Amino acid sequence: MHYVFQFGVVWDHWPELLDGAVATLWMSCAAFALGLAFAVLCTFARTSRSRVLRGAVRGYVEVIRNTPLLVQLFIVYFSLPSLGIRIEADQAAVLGLALNFGGYAVEILRSGIEAVPRGQVEAATALGLRRLRIFRHVILFPAIRVSYPALAAQFILILLGSSVVSAISAEELTSAVNSLQSTTFRSFEFYFAALTIYLAMAAAARLLLDLTFWAAFTRGRPAMGARA
Amino acid sequence: MSRDFSGPELLFLLGALRWTVLLTVVAFIGGGLGGFIVALARVSPVRGVRWAATVFVGLLQGTPLLLQLFVSFYGLAVLTGVRLDPWPAVALAFTLYAAAFLGDIWRGTIEAIPAAQWEAATALGLRRWRTLRSVILPQAARIAIPPTVGFLVQLIKNTSVAAIVGFVELTRAGQLMVNVTFQPMVVYPLVAALYFAVCFPLTFAAGRLETRLDARLGR
Repeated sequence: MHYVFQFGVVWDHWPELLDGAVATLWMSCAAFALGLAFAVLCTFARTSRSRVLRGAVRGYVEVIRNTPLLVQLFIVYFSLPSLGIRIEADQAAVLGLALNFGGYAVEILRSGIEAVPRGQVEAATALGLRRLRIFRHVILFPAIRVSYPALAAQFILILLGSSVVSAISAEELTSAVNSLQSTTFRSFEFYFAALTIYLAMAAAARLLLDLTFWAAFTRGRPAMGARA
Repeated sequence: MSRDFSGPELLFLLGALRWTVLLTVVAFIGGGLGGFIVALARVSPVRGVRWAATVFVGLLQGTPLLLQLFVSFYGLAVLTGVRLDPWPAVALAFTLYAAAFLGDIWRGTIEAIPAAQWEAATALGLRRWRTLRSVILPQAARIAIPPTVGFLVQLIKNTSVAAIVGFVELTRAGQLMVNVTFQPMVVYPLVAALYFAVCFPLTFAAGRLETRLDARLGR
């Protein structure tokens, strides 16, 4: 092996790496929030009486789950402009990641909703609550509690999967590392640094999400299914 | 000068689909063998072996696939001084990636087999390896089928990331066709449709298998 590692150059560029990491985090959070909101809308549409609406949600979920994220990003960034919809690379990245996550989130929320006992919905109907209120209070919040672990796992997948948005020239950690390695010719060192940063961000995100779950759902409440 | 998108261009995409399938098959077979070893290592009685397998899985599941590809592609080329051909570099990265995920899935199914099965086999005088081979693995294999097919779909879709390092498979072929036809509105949805045609039957089958398995296990 003739290669001499020089990690000093990585240190010299820490501000760029930090900017990249922050952009990755920001993008992942935005895509998660947007995708979840969209998935909640789709989930509500799924309970609709309109067959067209239900079919549209089903089609959306199947298309997202059976095509690659990268191709979805290409469609958002390169194909939509032909229809006159032109968006910036960073916005296309967030939109693409959100649409992708939304497809999986609809399925996750569905299994959460199936865990809500039917009798509770009937009880709410008997109490005279309207459809939207039943959806919000009786179905959605318990469903989110059940779905939380799967949604949290999806956040980590977005965080790591967002590295492919560098392919549509959006700026985040992977694209920062790519341009640094091409100007410094220290590819291995920079890729190694990026791997470490992603690993640390994923671990920190997991810890934070677990703590949030504990604070929001576990602390001082009876276990799921327990009678008050 | 731009070409129209017609017969030859469609054939080019279909031809490239072959490389997507081939890369998937190579990674799935290599990753299957590796994943089998990882799963066994994860349930090994030796602590060091368990630890090594856990670190391997954690590293590959905790970092982006794209960076794993970069490291395999550029990193190794720099380290060894040999410019790697795209094929071995991409195949290596996807094999390791598949090994980590399949290893984790299969560990879960091995651990899902009730401890009483281990105890009964031990009481019958079977040794550890024999218990694993004749009692645990046959049962684990049955519940492993739906999530394994599910991962196969993930793998097919994720081979698209190889396009970013210039490996010509379906997605890269789509990019090349867009470069000559300037019709991203035709080409990319078509590329997506081809992935869909391959993945949807598998997703459907995985769902079916899972429902049937749940019914049989009385869940």
